[in-house]
Amino acid sequence: MTQPHDPKHLFEFLLRMGDTTLILGHRISEWCGKAPILEEDIALANTALDLIGQTQMWLGLAAEVEGKGRSADDLAMLRDAWDFRCALLVEQPNGDFGQTMMRQFLFDHWHLVQLTALQSSTDDRIAAIAAKAAKEATYHAERSADLVIRLGDGTEESHARMQAALDLLYPYIGELFTPDAIDNTLAEHGIAPDPASLRPAYDATVNAILAEATLTRPDSTFAHKGGRTGARHSEHLGHILTQMQWLQRAYPGATW
Amino acid sequence: MVRPTTDQVWDWLDHVPDPEIPVISVVDLGIIRGVEWQGDTLEVTLTPTYSGCPATAVIERSVADALRAHGIDATRIKRQIAPPWTTDWLSDKGRATLETYGIAPPNPAGGPSRCPRCQSQNLDRISQFGSTPCKAQWRCRDCLEPFDYFKCH
Repeated sequence: MTQPHDPKHLFEFLLRMGDTTLILGHRISEWCGKAPILEEDIALANTALDLIGQTQMWLGLAAEVEGKGRSADDLAMLRDAWDFRCALLVEQPNGDFGQTMMRQFLFDHWHLVQLTALQSSTDDRIAAIAAKAAKEATYHAERSADLVIRLGDGTEESHARMQAALDLLYPYIGELFTPDAIDNTLAEHGIAPDPASLRPAYDATVNAILAEATLTRPDSTFAHKGGRTGARHSEHLGHILTQMQWLQRAYPGATW
Repeated sequence: MVRPTTDQVWDWLDHVPDPEIPVISVVDLGIIRGVEWQGDTLEVTLTPTYSGCPATAVIERSVADALRAHGIDATRIKRQIAPPWTTDWLSDKGRATLETYGIAPPNPAGGPSRCPRCQSQNLDRISQFGSTPCKAQWRCRDCLEPFDYFKCH
């Protein structure tokens, strides 16, 4: 018989999900109004909107589980960098459009395997959010794969930029699949999958798409870690928060 | 006051327009999941189309306003995400109205079946996303008009 899990672990897990979608949603919203062409501008803004909508569900549930009277907005706008639990990958700067799409591609395919597994969570609330979000993530994954192929197998210039983006971002993938004590406890209770168990499916899909895009996957297994645990965020997170949170910091409690 | 039947309420809600595509109603859109009296309070269960759709809050408000206009003050709007909304819940009336309005209705094959203006099947996708989360941009290669496609979801 497994021991009942500590509600704090569930809270941490929900922050990992919600903070990751929040920070990526904010990151890609930075393209709004200045993407290379109108269609891409709209696509990025819509993807951001989906991710922020999912954030409301994850952080809403986190707030409920925590039971201290905080709301999803409080969690998003009133915590500082060290309390965030987003993966390092999503904190990374947009770079050029190719780098943004490479980050999106590497994220989307993790997101999709994660959400697919979470639909069988023993926690019905998590399964419901995952089922809703998976439909959106499927669409995102299709789009980012398509663009990675077109740009990777494109011109000499676009190919070089996509390869550089892959080399830059690849070391941030390992963190998504590295379990810690919290992941192990939740996996034991069937609440969330063991992150490592998602790797083979991820590798199969991503390798096939990278091959079609004529891109070479780095063979190093080195992984930057510390975002999901909050131990060591990259310097970029603080800068994102100064943008994202300034209104609530400058005018506490301001509403529309 | 006599409590209106839930059938009557469904009929009233069928006159509440979707804020983004006002030619169809929130009932046509398939987002009203239930109407139920609980004592003297009318509970309406709504499901969002997309997680981040900004219209959701507006819709909740217009539903409550419409019911108030019909004399029902005690309402509770409940948001439910499971099972997730699907375009299969769009009514036949809603699908037909969308096409007349110039928006190609969702199609399981993954793209519009024909141009909503000239019925040509000679089509191109311009963009996977459109003016709202639920739409994509397509173009007809015969009449050359661009049009919105309501994505299959």
